[in-house]
Amino acid sequence: MQYYLDLLSFGPEGWGDELLAGALVTISIALATLPFGLALGLAIALAKRSRSWTLRTFATLYTTIFRGVPELLTLYIIYFGVQVLLQGVWSALGLPGNLEMSPFLAGMVALGVVLAAFSAEVWLGALNAIQKGQREAAAALGLTKWQAFRLVVFPQLMRVALPGLGNNWMVLLKETSLVSVITLQDTMFIATRANVVTKEPFLFFGAAALIYLFFSVISTWGFDRLEDRANRGHARAGASR
Amino acid sequence: MTWCEYPGAWIGLEVLQNYGCRMASGLGLTLQLVAISFGLGIAIGLGLAVLRLRGPKPVRMILHGYMTFFRGTPLLVQLFLIYYGLGSFRPFWQEVGLWWFFRDPLYCCLLAFTINTAAYQAEIFRGALQSLPYGQAEAARALGMRPFAIFLRVEMPQAMIVALRPLGNELIVMIKASALASLVTLFDLMGATRLAFARSFDLSIYLVAALIYLALVEIIRRVWDGLEMRLTRHMALR
Repeated sequence: MQYYLDLLSFGPEGWGDELLAGALVTISIALATLPFGLALGLAIALAKRSRSWTLRTFATLYTTIFRGVPELLTLYIIYFGVQVLLQGVWSALGLPGNLEMSPFLAGMVALGVVLAAFSAEVWLGALNAIQKGQREAAAALGLTKWQAFRLVVFPQLMRVALPGLGNNWMVLLKETSLVSVITLQDTMFIATRANVVTKEPFLFFGAAALIYLFFSVISTWGFDRLEDRANRGHARAGASR
Repeated sequence: MTWCEYPGAWIGLEVLQNYGCRMASGLGLTLQLVAISFGLGIAIGLGLAVLRLRGPKPVRMILHGYMTFFRGTPLLVQLFLIYYGLGSFRPFWQEVGLWWFFRDPLYCCLLAFTINTAAYQAEIFRGALQSLPYGQAEAARALGMRPFAIFLRVEMPQAMIVALRPLGNELIVMIKASALASLVTLFDLMGATRLAFARSFDLSIYLVAALIYLALVEIIRRVWDGLEMRLTRHMALR
C-alpha cells in the first residue's frame, strides 16, 4: 500500500505532480477549444438558415463530414495534413528549415471543428425554438438585423441551447484524451508514460479515469447551476403554483 | 489481382491498391466489433435500465455509480484500464483460467466497448421508459395484465419507439469510437489505415478512410430514418 501511495506522491519519486500537470493540460485544451468550437458552430448554424444556396450547402456538407468521421481520424488528418500543407507553402516561399505544428494547436483545431459540427445542431435547434414574432417585433422597433440578433435572439438562445451545449462540453472533455496520441502531454499521456516506467497500468489508468470523472462530475454540477440561472424567471414545466 | 485491389487500381491510387486488402479486412473487423458490442449492449443496457428503475435500492445505487463512471470517463481510458490494467494481473487470471480472455486485445476491446455502450444505452432505455405516461401501466393493470406482460406488451413497444433515434445516434458514436481499437494493436479500418500511412507516407489514405467511415455513418442514418418511418407509420407524426 505504501508503495502505491509513494507512486502517486508529489515528488521526484512519485507521479502525483506529473498527473496534476497532465490534468491541467486536459482542462486547458478543453477550455481553449470551447469558445472557438462554439462560435464556429453558431456560424455554421446561421449558415444553414441562410438564404444563400452556397452557404447552406457548405454548412450541411461541413456538419455531415465532421459528425461522420471518427475524431481520431480527424485529429490525424489535421495533425499530419495541415503540417504537410504548411510545409509545402513554407518551402514554396523559399524559406529555410522545417515548420512544426504544435500538438496543442493541432488538437485544438481538430477538437474545435468537430465540436463546431455537433454544436451547430444544438444551435440550430435553439434558433428554431425562437419564435418568428421575436424577430418581427425587433424589426418593427427599427432594430437592424445584427442588433436584433445580439439584443433579442441571442439572450434567449442561450437558455434553450444550454442543455445541448452542456452535452457537447462533456463529449469534448472526454475527447481531449485522444490528443495524447499526437504527443500532447495531457492526463492520458502522463498515465501511459507512468505505466511504461513503473509497470503499474491499473493504478495509473485508474488515476486518469478518476481525474476525468472529477472533471465530469464538476461540469455536471456547474451546468445544473447555469441552467437554474438561465431559467430564473421561467416557470418550471409542471411545477405547482 | 484480387477484388480488394480493384478500387485502388480503378481510381489510380497506388497506396489504396497496395493496402486495399488490409483496408477491406480492417473494415470487416470494424463492423464485427461494432455489431457484437452494440448487440450485446442492447441486451445488457435494457436489463440495466429496468434494474435501475425498479430494482432494490442498493442495486439502483450501484448501477447509478456504474453509469456515472462509464459515461463520465473517456472510452480510451476504459480501454486501457481493461487491456493494460486488468491484463497486468496475469497470475490471477491464469489461476481462474481467464488469461486467454485478457491476453487478447480483441476480447478486451469487445469488453470495453460493450460495457461502455451498455451504460449509454441503459440511460437511453431508462429515459424512454420514464417518458411513458403512468396511465399506460395503470390501464393495463386495470385490465388484469400481469406485470411482466405489461412490461412486454404495453411499455416496451412504446418505449422502443422513443428510444429508436437516440439508439441510432449511439450506433453512429460506436462506429466512430471503434477507431480506438487501433490503439491497442488491432487492425480495424483505422489500424489498417495507420499501417498504410506509416509505410507509404501517403496522406490520401487517411482521406479514403474518412470517406469509408462517412459512407458507413450515412448508410446507418438512412436505414434508421427508414426504420423510424416504418415503425411510426401508425402515429400521426408525419
